[in-house]
Amino acid sequence: MNGIHDMGGLHGFGRVHHLPDQASEDPVFHSEWESRVFCITQVIDTKGIWNLDEHRHEIELMNSADYINDGYYGRWLFAMESLLNKKNILNQEEVSQRIIEMLADLRNYSQPDLNDRDWPLAAEQKVNWGACRHEVNIVPIYSEGQSIRVRNIHPPGHTRVTAYTRDKIGIIERVNAQAWVLPDTRAHYKGENLQAVYTIKFSAKTLWGPQAETNQFLFIDLSEDHIESLTNLD
Amino acid sequence: MSIDKHNHDEKHHHHSDIGDKPWQAIRIEAVESLLHEIGVINSSDVDAIVHHYEEKVGPKTGARVVAKAWTDPDFKARLLADGLEACAELGIGGPETERLRVVENTDTLHNVVVCTLCSCYPWPILGLPPAWYKSSAYRSRLVREPRKVLEEMGLQLTQETEVRVWDSVSEIRYLVLPQRPSASAGMSESELMDIITRDAMIGVARVSV
Repeated sequence: MNGIHDMGGLHGFGRVHHLPDQASEDPVFHSEWESRVFCITQVIDTKGIWNLDEHRHEIELMNSADYINDGYYGRWLFAMESLLNKKNILNQEEVSQRIIEMLADLRNYSQPDLNDRDWPLAAEQKVNWGACRHEVNIVPIYSEGQSIRVRNIHPPGHTRVTAYTRDKIGIIERVNAQAWVLPDTRAHYKGENLQAVYTIKFSAKTLWGPQAETNQFLFIDLSEDHIESLTNLD
Repeated sequence: MSIDKHNHDEKHHHHSDIGDKPWQAIRIEAVESLLHEIGVINSSDVDAIVHHYEEKVGPKTGARVVAKAWTDPDFKARLLADGLEACAELGIGGPETERLRVVENTDTLHNVVVCTLCSCYPWPILGLPPAWYKSSAYRSRLVREPRKVLEEMGLQLTQETEVRVWDSVSEIRYLVLPQRPSASAGMSESELMDIITRDAMIGVARVSV
């Protein structure tokens, strides 16, 4: 989807607020809640509830103002709650109720009804994790050194092809010939569509025209479905 | 006062912090306690992961890899050929990284890494990314004006230096192999580890003695 998450090339965000490297004021987590959000997500990631791509897509579905304002771990919190709600594992009303009870400093909280949800998951409901299927062999369509064009596509769902590379011509710098999951379809449970991932090299001029900096190249990894041969064009 | 962030009736939510506690802290506390009661997670498993990221992995892990590459040409060759396999020799690896590509800086070439879509980062090698790496400013600007961004961050590159920006939006992760400073010639591997910074392995700084 064309959303605020696809930030490459945007203007208006100012300088990078760069803290000195390895200084004590730049801890791994800046607050307790960030550490809980991140690490709870890591644990949930092992439970077969969601896949990596739908988690990323859930973040993309935030409204743009929240996306900017809530920060990295705020987005993860949103995705966690939203996915658990959609999958009927923990609904929003239960969370709201628990918050009210916590703030009221109640001695005993309302207990969740364990039968009233899709948990635990049956074995066949569990989703596969991983981005690459090492046991599968694929045959790449394109080869190293070949010029390709990034497809000019604007899917409303999840995609990993960035806006700033679409319709641009680049050169395949490396063929990553492993069987990679196509995030665009897996995010929506439309199959893993295992395929090669290509490292594409672009000159900055191609991407940014007269505003390009000198002597700069950009490399990006794109799925086979994201690119097309120049000869296939109309 | 409402801290119900995801009110179903209105997209434009309101929330406020409770005393000194941010609203996110209250929400995640509620979510964690419920998930624990339902049996989706066990809070001690969560604690173990916090410990892992705070104590076990971080830029020091990457510094070990780089110091080894600087002092062992055969290891360096293997690292450049297959980053993850070479790291595994040092007992380094873990979730979220399927492949690792190591890109080498030279006198005429400078590499720098970003993820414009969501801040992908080689967690098992460098730990979790710093806040600036995840910022909108870095994600939006680095691909378009890397020289300017790097200069603002304190790294000046000559016009003759080729700048390579790696937008790691797929599942291949990138680690920059910085140039070894000539003044470090007599240093041991462990002394080298102390001068190798996270910023240098992302590509926004040089290593200096």
